[in-house]
Parts: sequence; structure tokens; C-alpha cells
Amino acid sequence: MNLDLRLNTSGDFYSQKFQTTKRDDTLILNMGPQHPSTHGVLRVLLEIDGEYILRAEPVLGYIHRMHEKMAEVMTYPQYLPNPPRTDYLHAMAWNWAHVAAVERLMDIQVPERAEYLRVITCELNRICSHLLWWGSYIMDLGASTPFMYAFHNRERIQDSLQRITGSRLTYCYYRFGGVYCDIDDKFISEIREICNWMKERAKMYKDLVTDNFILRKRVEEIGEISLETCRKYGATGPVLRGSGLAYDVRRDEPYSVYDRFDFNVPSYDNCDAMGRYLVRMDEIQESIKIIEQALDSLPEGDHIHPKAPKRPKPPAGDVYFALEGARGKIGLNLVSDGGKSPYRIKLRAPGFSNLSLFAEVAQGTMIADAVSILGSLDLVIPEIDR
Amino acid sequence: MMDIIPTQFIVIFVGLLAIMTFIAVNALILVYLERKVAGFIQRRPGPYEVGPQGILQPVADGVKLLGKQIFTPKGADSKLYWLAPIISITPAIVCFVVIPFGPFLQVINSNVGLILILAFTGINVLAICVAGWTSQNKYSLIGAARDISQGVAYEIPLLLSILPLIFMTGTLNLYEIVIAQGAWPWQWFIASQPLAFFIFFICSLAEANRTPFDLPEGESELTAGFHTDYAGMGFGLFFFAEYTYMTVASCIVAILFLGGFQGPIASGWWWFLAKVYVLLLIMIWIRWTFPRVRFDQLLNICWKWLIPLAVLNLLLTLGVIAIC
Amino acid sequence: MLVKSLRDTAVGLWSLLVGLKVTAFNFVTPNITIHYPREVSPTLEGFRGHIELVPSEEDPYKSKCIACGNCVRTCPSACITMKATKPKKKEEDQQESSSSDTESQSGEKKESSGKKAKPEMVAFSVNFNYCCLCGLCVETCPSGALRFSDNYFLAGFSREEFDIDLVARLQSKAKEQ
Repeated sequence: MNLDLRLNTSGDFYSQKFQTTKRDDTLILNMGPQHPSTHGVLRVLLEIDGEYILRAEPVLGYIHRMHEKMAEVMTYPQYLPNPPRTDYLHAMAWNWAHVAAVERLMDIQVPERAEYLRVITCELNRICSHLLWWGSYIMDLGASTPFMYAFHNRERIQDSLQRITGSRLTYCYYRFGGVYCDIDDKFISEIREICNWMKERAKMYKDLVTDNFILRKRVEEIGEISLETCRKYGATGPVLRGSGLAYDVRRDEPYSVYDRFDFNVPSYDNCDAMGRYLVRMDEIQESIKIIEQALDSLPEGDHIHPKAPKRPKPPAGDVYFALEGARGKIGLNLVSDGGKSPYRIKLRAPGFSNLSLFAEVAQGTMIADAVSILGSLDLVIPEIDR
Repeated sequence: MMDIIPTQFIVIFVGLLAIMTFIAVNALILVYLERKVAGFIQRRPGPYEVGPQGILQPVADGVKLLGKQIFTPKGADSKLYWLAPIISITPAIVCFVVIPFGPFLQVINSNVGLILILAFTGINVLAICVAGWTSQNKYSLIGAARDISQGVAYEIPLLLSILPLIFMTGTLNLYEIVIAQGAWPWQWFIASQPLAFFIFFICSLAEANRTPFDLPEGESELTAGFHTDYAGMGFGLFFFAEYTYMTVASCIVAILFLGGFQGPIASGWWWFLAKVYVLLLIMIWIRWTFPRVRFDQLLNICWKWLIPLAVLNLLLTLGVIAIC
Repeated sequence: MLVKSLRDTAVGLWSLLVGLKVTAFNFVTPNITIHYPREVSPTLEGFRGHIELVPSEEDPYKSKCIACGNCVRTCPSACITMKATKPKKKEEDQQESSSSDTESQSGEKKESSGKKAKPEMVAFSVNFNYCCLCGLCVETCPSGALRFSDNYFLAGFSREEFDIDLVARLQSKAKEQ
């Protein structure tokens, strides 16, 4: 067998730059880009000593699809399907970011009913995203049944949303000045039923997974991310809330009608993967609360501004719109020069900041723990690479 | 002709044929059962298309595995590479020779039957070691290293937990152990040695590399562990060997703790098979419920919990035997 | 300390049994999957198949399309191809309005005479290989001539099969009725 495992002269740019340390008993392992548990095409270069990781370096760019460049050559309505496809799991949030940035620049007033509809659909999408994260996280750790239960849950929500929005995954529901179409009573009753059903299922999830001894040992005290590290790398979302700081864009920089709803921002100061896990499970329940409150107080009105521009031409200017996605703070910086297409769109993906702290956090952990940490960060690589 | 070939030889030959048929059919049944049970637990039908209710699915799987291209990784020692699956499956088949399926259904009634079986199941570790090393693959190497540690570590509580039984019955002969138990559940050894049953069952899960101890095949961490590089029938043989070791472990548990072929109404091989399949179903059930245990936690469980408990159990039993 | 760890282990083992109970309960509850294609999903309202032309009320063989070209310009993937005629007064003239890179098949040229002749759509096809099902074309059509079809059994063997000629589709649907 070829004992010279540290081949510095072969391999690609990244492998060559990832030089070994002075020790000669370590192994350089490549996790990915094709790997069952890196949630996309993520490549992580690891230097391991037995089971322990000495250094880790994520390598990105395998799914860079030039979303920001596409924005410069497409007109505003043509670009509408694009942001949902960066992070397809919480597509509505990205759609919202794009639409709201243009509305902010053009000073379009969105009717109240449309705002409520946006909140309801975005929170439903957030629940779907967290459920998929949950299923795939547990699957990474070895159990494949909760994945199926999570998808059963998702399918019911997606069926209801399909009737209204027309899509099941990459929703393109919002338009400049409102939403695509109005909802009807059947949708409202279906969603109420689903919310009640999900509250019962939460107990089943807790019994099967959250309280499970084996899972707790895999998730507790893994991946300690201190608040300082989060601040250094700009981590947001459940990663930050799992480390103790209850920062949520819906609470601290409210947009749309979120200031009218009464919901908690769950945060745990465990700083470990269990904290992040519990934050997301609690967020599902909080989203259900928001949806129910929104359905109760849904006002009548238009679903889109009557004079909403079909082909907006915003005045020259610069606007930034941030909102709370399932993974963290999504931001969209729109620079317009008055033409049909934007001059520049910058997409701030929360996953990018969250992944950056992996290199620091993974040092000294075991490979199995590295998988657990990656799962708890809830990464969607297409969002990171854009 | 009967005087030049001893009867014992013919008995063994016929017995081996019967065992190989049994194992093959058993593997087919287990593949189907596993996927169907997994399906129903996940609220989906499982295999459905091939044959009515998917009964012919294992046949289709077998044909697929047979039809795949056989290749050897570059730089691998091809003799050892292909020897590894054979080393894995052969001891499993031989283990069945001493197992009493029914009152008169045992190929060899050996006085050291139990030791034979424990020795042969240990050869599996060697097979995995060879497989991981000759695959020329870092992932396989890591998987094999994990598996060797796991296999070797869990042999100790395995042995320690059945020592009390051997002391209680005074024999290593499997047939004698079955006869020493009664027909009713409270007369089985599970009633008098529940802790040993528990420890033995967990150790047999670990020896057979089943979830929650299936780190060597950690699908989501190391692609497929030590059998990453095996395709086609090589993988098929490892797969087959895993199911056979599971069956051997279930048979031993049934014999040692659940009364073997004895049953309340009519003793016979049907009770034995029923018990074996119930245990196999429990193993499948456990697989589809729990996540994987991390490697150091796995060794912790072994060294910190199972071995002390097994030793405690042994001392208690010895004390009780000495007193009574 | 020992007592605490023993208690934690006992609680942990109990949680394992609770988990097994959940799985066993799910084992006996009925399946939730649909045996496609023996059963068809009941929730197909709002299904977005490829777009198709809406027949006009008077003549089911003609669509409501007024050949404005909005859909062609709005499509982000540039997958709609439309050909129209725009005769100028008494002269015959032809105007192509298409934004796809590949040359589409030549449709028949309909002649029309008259002073204020409106453009008429002659050929209309969508290359479903590139369509992203955003629905912007359906929205921007001023005459409501586009809608989503319910062709959910769509499958083919080659890319060319998905370059769908919508006029032919409209004709064949009108013939069925």
C-alpha cells in the first residue's frame, strides 16, 4: 500500500496549499464535495490524527451560479425567480428580500392584506425549512426515520401552498407591491388544521428524537461556539441564538407587520449543538403562533397594490433590506442607476458567515463531531455559493 | 459404500447443504423483511413492484449484484482483496453446524459448541481488517480501524455475560443448555439472568455492526466505511455475511436465554425459528429508530458499563451458586 | 455523583424505549404515500404544467393571443418563441418577434390584407427545457391567452420532445371537443 499519504505535489490548488504540519502521523482527508452529509457540494479538507481533527478548511465554489451577475443583465421582473433559487428551502424569504428592496427604493406601499399574506407564507416556509433541517440532521447522525416523518409534515404544508402559489419548493409568490394572488377560505381552514396537527406532532418529535439518549450524547457539548466567535464571524440566526444572544431581525429591526404579533425569540446559552437544535425546534412553535395570530387578524383588502408597477424602474439609489431567514439574517443590497436592470445586487447569505466559523470550531473535534457540527449550522451550500 | 464413507461425514455434508440453503433463504427473507419493516415504520409501502407486494425484490437485488462489473482498485493486492469477503462469510456458515434447530436437528452435537461459535464470529474482525487495508482507500482504512476496535472490545462482555450461564448449567454443549431450560417462559434463562440477556444482546448488535453501533459502515460520515470499494458480489457477500452473523447471534440468544426449540405446547424447530425471527425483527426495529453512537462513546459503553455489569453479574451468580 | 449518573442512565434507557414505542406506533398506522401511477395525487389544483394557449370563445381553434410579444420579452429564461404577421396596409410584410437563440421552425405565413390589420400570431412554441415555471408570462399577457396546463404525465426520451408547439396543441385539443 502506498504509505506516502501526504502528497503535496499532486492534487488541485487547495490540496497543495493545505500543507501538512510538522508531524508525520497525520492523514489528509477530503470530505466531499460528493458526500452524503455535507448538504450540498461542500468540500472540507481535513487533517486528522486518528479520529481527531487538527485542521479543517471548507472549500467553496462548486455551485457558484452567478446570481449576482444575472441580476445585472435581467430586468427586475425577470429576476424574480432567481433569489428563491439561491436558498430553495426558505425561498419566500429571499423572494421577499428582493421585492421589498425594490419597494423600499421606489416607495411603494404594500396593502395590509398583502403584508399579512407575506408573513403567513414566509412563516410556513420557515417551518418547512426547519423540518427539513431536522430530518436531514438526524439522518446524518444515523437514523433515517425522522426524515420521513418530517417530510410527511412538509408535504401537507406544501400541498396547501401549492394551491395558492403554484410551487412546492422554489416559491415565486411575491410581486412588486403585493403578492401574486389572494388566498381563499379553504386555504385558511387547511392551515389552521395543519397548525393544530403540528402541535401534536411536536410531542412525537420530542419523544422520538429530542429526548433520545443516543442523540443527546451526539449533540450535547458538541461544537461549542462562544458568543465572541459568533461576533467575530458575523453569525446570525439560530447559530447566534444558540449561543445566548436573542437577536432576531423580526424583533430588533421589525419590517412589514411583525411588530403586531406576540411571539418569543427562543435562545439558549448552551453554546453547543443542542442549543441550536432546541432553538430551531422552538422556532417552529413560535412560527405556528405567528401564523395563527395572523390568520385571526387577517384584514380585507387588495392582495396587490392597484398601481403596482409590472416593470419597475426604480430611481437611482442604494438600498439595503434585511430580514430573518431560517438560517440567519438575509440581506439584499440593491444599487440602481435608473434603468430596467439593477446596476448591482449584493446578496448577503447567512450561511456564508455561519460556515466561516467552522474552521475554528472544528479544531480538536472528532470526525463524527464535525459532521454533527456541520449539520447543526444548517447550511445550504447553494446559498453560500450563490 | 457406506463402510468406506463414515456416516458422520455424510451427515455433515448433508447438514452443510441444508444449512447453506437455510442461510440463503434466510438472507432473502431478511433483506425483504428489513426493507418492508423500514417502509412501514416510515409509513410507506417498501418494495412493492417486483412480484406481489415486492416479494421478489431480494431476487432482483441478487441478480443486480451478480451482474455488476468486478474490478479491483489500483494498487490493491487482488488476492487479499477478494479473499476478504470469503473470510467474512465462511465462518458464519460453519457456525450453524453446532446449532440445535430442533430436538433431532443438529449437525454436530459438540461438547464445545458455544466456544466454537464465539471463536468463529471473531474471525469476522480479521475479514474487515483485510478488506479495509487492501482497499487502498483512506475511508476504508478508517472504517476498518474503527471496526477492529469495536469488534475486539465487545467480545469481552460477550464472553463475560454468558459465563454465569455456563456455570449454572455446567456445560458448553448447546443441546444440553436448551434441555436445561423448561418449556415455559419463566423457566427460561432470561428469567434468571435478565442482565446477561441484555448485555449479550447489545454486544451481539455491536459484533454484527448494526445500528446503533454501525460506525464502520457509517453511511453519512465515511461514505461506506470498509466496504466502500467493493461493488457487485463483493459487497453482496459482505451484506450476506452481516445478515448471517445477525442470524447466528439471534440463534445463540434464543438458545441460551429463550429456551431454544422448547415451547409451551409443542416443542420443535418452529418455536426456534419463531424466536429467532422475533429477535431479528427487534434488531431491525432498533436499527430504524436510533441514531448512531459515536466511536468513543461506543468504547465507553463497553469499558465503563458493560464489562463492570457483566463482572458483577458473574460474581452474583457465583455467589448464589456457592450458597445454594 | 454515582447516583446521578445512574439516574441519568436510567432516564436515558427509558427514552430509548419511548422512541421504540413511537416507531412501533407508526408501524401499524397506514401508509401515507400514494401509489403512483395506480393512484393519482388528489392535490393537483394549482399545478403548474407547461403553459398552453387559451382558446378564444368564438373559435376554439384560435387562441386569444394578440401577438404583442410581452411574454417573449418577460421570460427570464428566453424560452418562448412566437412568430406573427403584421401586414402594412396593402402590402404584405412579415415581422418576426422572437428572442430565442435557435431558429424556430417556420410556420405558415398567413396573408392578410386590409388597412388596419392587427398582427396575428402564427407560430407559438415554448422550449420547456429552459422554462422555470415562474408564471411571469401568464401574468403579463394582456389578453389572458396563456395558462398553465395540467399535463402532469409529461415525460419524454429526447430534448426535442420538450420543444412544445402550442398552436398544434390547441388545435388537437379543439378537435377533441
